[in-house]
Amino acid sequence: MTDIQSNFAQSDAYLSALIDEVRSVPAASGGSPMLRRRTFFKLAGGGAAGLVLGFHLGNQAFAAAATSDSAGGDEVMNAFIRIAPDNTITIYSKCPEIGQGIKTSFGVIIAEELDADWNHVVMEQADINPKVYGSQGAGGSTSIPRAWDQLRQAGAGARAMLVAAAAQQWQVDPAGITAKDSVLTHAASGRSASYGELAAAAAKQPVPDPKSLKLKARADYRLIGKRFHGVDNPKVVTGQPLFGIDVQRPGMVYASFTKCPAAGGKVSSFNADEIKAQPGVLDAFAIDGTGVMVEAMPGVAIIAKDTWSAFQARKKLKVNWDLSEASTDSSSQFSAQAQKIAASFPAQADQNVGDVDKSFAAAAKTVESYYEYPFAVHAQLEPMNTTAHWHDGVMELWVPTQQPDRGLPLIGKVAGIPPEKVVMHQTRVGGGFGRRLVNDYACEAAAIAMKVNAPVKLQWSREDDFAHDFYRPAGYHQFKGAVDKDGRLDAWQEHFITFTADGKKESTGANLTDNLRYSIKAPNIRRAKTMFPLRIPTGSWRAPGDNAQVFAAQSFMHELSVAAGRDHVEFLLEAVNRDVPELAPKDPTKVNFSPARASDVIKMCAEKAGWGQKLPSGSGLGLAWCYSHAGHVAQAIEISVDAKKRIKVARIVVVLDVGPIIDMTGSEAQAQGASTDALSTAMGLKVDVEKGEIQQQNFNAYPILRMPLAPMTIDSYFIQSDNPPTGMGEPAFPALAPALGNAIFAATGERVRKLPLKDLGYSLTS
Amino acid sequence: MFTLTINGQSHDVDVPEDMPLLWVLRDHLNLVGTKYGCGIAQCGACTVHIDGKPMRSCQQPVGKIGTRAITTIEGIGATPNGAIVQQAWQEADVPQCGYCQAGQIMSATALLNGKPQPTDADIDAAMGGNLCRCGTYIRIRTAIKNAAAAISA
Repeated sequence: MTDIQSNFAQSDAYLSALIDEVRSVPAASGGSPMLRRRTFFKLAGGGAAGLVLGFHLGNQAFAAAATSDSAGGDEVMNAFIRIAPDNTITIYSKCPEIGQGIKTSFGVIIAEELDADWNHVVMEQADINPKVYGSQGAGGSTSIPRAWDQLRQAGAGARAMLVAAAAQQWQVDPAGITAKDSVLTHAASGRSASYGELAAAAAKQPVPDPKSLKLKARADYRLIGKRFHGVDNPKVVTGQPLFGIDVQRPGMVYASFTKCPAAGGKVSSFNADEIKAQPGVLDAFAIDGTGVMVEAMPGVAIIAKDTWSAFQARKKLKVNWDLSEASTDSSSQFSAQAQKIAASFPAQADQNVGDVDKSFAAAAKTVESYYEYPFAVHAQLEPMNTTAHWHDGVMELWVPTQQPDRGLPLIGKVAGIPPEKVVMHQTRVGGGFGRRLVNDYACEAAAIAMKVNAPVKLQWSREDDFAHDFYRPAGYHQFKGAVDKDGRLDAWQEHFITFTADGKKESTGANLTDNLRYSIKAPNIRRAKTMFPLRIPTGSWRAPGDNAQVFAAQSFMHELSVAAGRDHVEFLLEAVNRDVPELAPKDPTKVNFSPARASDVIKMCAEKAGWGQKLPSGSGLGLAWCYSHAGHVAQAIEISVDAKKRIKVARIVVVLDVGPIIDMTGSEAQAQGASTDALSTAMGLKVDVEKGEIQQQNFNAYPILRMPLAPMTIDSYFIQSDNPPTGMGEPAFPALAPALGNAIFAATGERVRKLPLKDLGYSLTS
Repeated sequence: MFTLTINGQSHDVDVPEDMPLLWVLRDHLNLVGTKYGCGIAQCGACTVHIDGKPMRSCQQPVGKIGTRAITTIEGIGATPNGAIVQQAWQEADVPQCGYCQAGQIMSATALLNGKPQPTDADIDAAMGGNLCRCGTYIRIRTAIKNAAAAISA
C-alpha cells in the first residue's frame, strides 16, 4: 500500500470508529462506566461570592489542578453552574450548538434539578476541556442521552448545597426546606432566602456524592417538557457575532486553502511569485499536511489582508497537481457496475436467519426489486472556517465544530505540539448535519497558523465545501422478498452494494445499519454485500446509513404488502411484532428497538394521517417507519401527483417516541426541519463524481428546497414514553423518503426506486 | 477610498472597488451579521437593504454603491418593521442553526415594507432566494404572518 492509500484507510478508520462511538447510546439505566466514575468537585477562588460547581472524571489531583486554575480567574471553564448574588444563574453548555437546540435543552435539564428560575438563567458555551466535562461532542443524536444523568446531577448537587447552607443558617432540618424558582423556603419557620443570598454560604458546603442525590420523578418536573425560546435567538436575529465565521482577533489575517479537486492529489508546484504579487496578498505557501483526510491534506495557502483578496488571488492560482495517487472514482461507473452485478447474490452471506430458499419455494408471492441512491454533500450553510493563533507556545483556535474535544489531539499532531498546548474555543455552528464531526478545517488552520505570525482565519469557499466533503455514500440494494399464504412477511434477501476504503470493511457511513438489521423482522433473512473500492472520503450525514437505506428498505416493505394484498399498516404492525429470536437485542440494558414502541408510533401516525380514508384520484397517502438513533418514528405524507409528475404535498405527519421531551418547541422544530430536509434530499439532491472530482460546486447545482415549495404543514406528535430521553436531530429524517415513495405509488401506481426523484422526472409544485 | 452610509452612519473604507459589499462589511467594518454562504447570489444569507431594496451583498461591488443607503441586520432593528420582524422571529422560535436568519429577516422586512399584508404567494416570491438548510420555512412563514398582523394592529 502506498502512503496515500494507507493514509486514506487510516482516515476512514478514524471516522468509522468515531461514528460507531458517537452513535452508541448509553445504557437505559445505571449510567455508563464514565458516568459512574464521575464525582463532583467544587471550584474555589474566583469571585468568591458565587457557587461554582463542576465535575471531573478521575482523580482528585485533577480537581486540585482545576481549582488552582480557577484561582487564576479561569474558573468558568470548568463549571456547569455559577450563581451570582443578584440571583442570575449562569449555566454552561458543554456541547456544541449546531441548530439542534442543545444550548437551550441542556440549560433546562440543569435548571430543572436546580429548581432555578428560568427567567434568570443565562446560558453560556463552555470552553473545551474533556477532562472536566467528559465528551463534548454533538453527533448521532446522543448529546441528550449521554449528558442526561450528568446534567441532572449537576443541578441536583448545587441545589443540595444551597439547601445545606440554608439549613445551617436557619438551624432547621434540611428535609423541611423546599425549593422553587431560585428561592428556598422553610415553611415551618416561615423563612425563605434566594439562591443569590445563599450562594456564598453554599459554596462552603461539602460537595455531595452524586449517588446520594435524589433526582426528580417526571411528575415533579416544572420545566422539562415545556416550551422554551432558543437562548441565543436574541443574538441570532440581531446579527451579533456568534458563529465561527464571525470571529475577529486583533491583527487577524485571512487565508484560503486550495486542495486538489481529486481526492488524494498532492502539490507538485505552484506559481508562488505571481500569487504573492496579487493585491492584498501577504504570503503564499504549500502545505504538505499529514496526508490524512481527517487531518490536513496537501494544498496551497494564500494569506491576505481580507477574505476577498485571498479569494481573488486564488483565481490566479495555478497548481501542478501530482495525481499519481489521486482518486479516479466515477459515480456513473459505480452505478452501472452495481446494476450489472446486483442479481448475482454473493456466495458469502453476512446475516443468515431461517431458510430463505425454503421460504421462496413455498411463498405465496415473491418480489424482486433494485433500489439506488446517490452521493450527497452536507451543504451546511456556514462554510468551513477556523481562526487559529499560534502564540506563546500555544495553538489557540476558535472552531465551529461538532467534535471539539476530538479535535485537540489531531490539531496537536498537525501542529507538532502536545494536545495540552491546544486551546480550543467552541463557537456556535452554522449547521452540522454530521459534516463537522471531522475537524479537517481546524487542522488546516493550525498548519497554516504555524507559518503565520498573527491570528489567521481560514475561510473555505462554498466551492471548497462541495469539493472536500465527507460525502453521504451512494448505495445500491437488490432485494428479494416473500410473503406467505397468510399474507405475512416471510423472507427478506438483500444484496447491498456499497463501498470500502480499506478493502476489508465498509467505508464510513456505508455499512448497513444495525437499526435495519434488527428491525426488519422477517423469520427468514439473508443479507450479503459487495464492496467497491472508493477513494473519495465518506462520512456521517444526518442519520448516517438510515438516511437512505430506510428509503430502500421501507419502500420495498410496501412493495411486499402490496403484493400480499394487505393493508400496509396492518402488514407493518404484524412485521415489527414478529418473534424472531435471532433478532432479539444483544444487550437488553441498552436502548433498543422495541416492537411496542414501533407499534405505537405506527398506529398513532396512521390515525393522525387519516389512514384508510378514501382520497381523490391522483392523491395518495404514504406511511413508513424507522428505528433510528434510538428513536422510534413513523412518518406519513399525503400528496397529489399530476400528469407531469408534479407532486403537491398536502401535509406531513411525524410521530416520534424519543422518550420524554425536554423542550417541546425545539423538538417540534427538529421534527419539521428533518422532515423538510428529507423531502428536499429525496426530491433533488445528489452529487456526481467523475475522475475523482465532485461535479457540483455550489447551490445552483444542488437544489435544496426553498420556501415556495416547502411543505406548509408538518404536524408532529410525541409519545413521551418512560424511556430515557434520546436525541431529536436525526430520527425524523429517514422514514420520510419511503413514505413519499409509497404515497407516489398510492397516487399513481408507479413505484420509485431511485433517488433523487428529480432524476425520474418528478418535481414539487405549490 | 469609499464613503458608505451604513445603518445611518458614515464609514470610510480603503478597499478595491470590485470588493463585494459583503466582505467590506464583514472584514473591514466588523459588521459580521451579514453572512457568506455561496458567493453567487444563490443562498441569500448576505441579504442587505440598499435604498430599501433587498440585495445580495456578495454581488454588489463596493465601488458601485455610491451614496445609496445601506441597512444591515445590525441596523434593521432601528426601523419599525425591522424591530417587529425580529420580535416575530423570536416569538415563533424560527432559528435552528440560525446562520441564514439574518438574510431571511432582511428579505422579510423588505417584503413587509412594500406589502404590509402579504399573501402566501407574496411570501413565496419574496423569500424564494433565501435558503434555509435546517428547513425552518414553516416558522418563517408563521413569523412573517405574525409580523404582518403586528404591523396592522
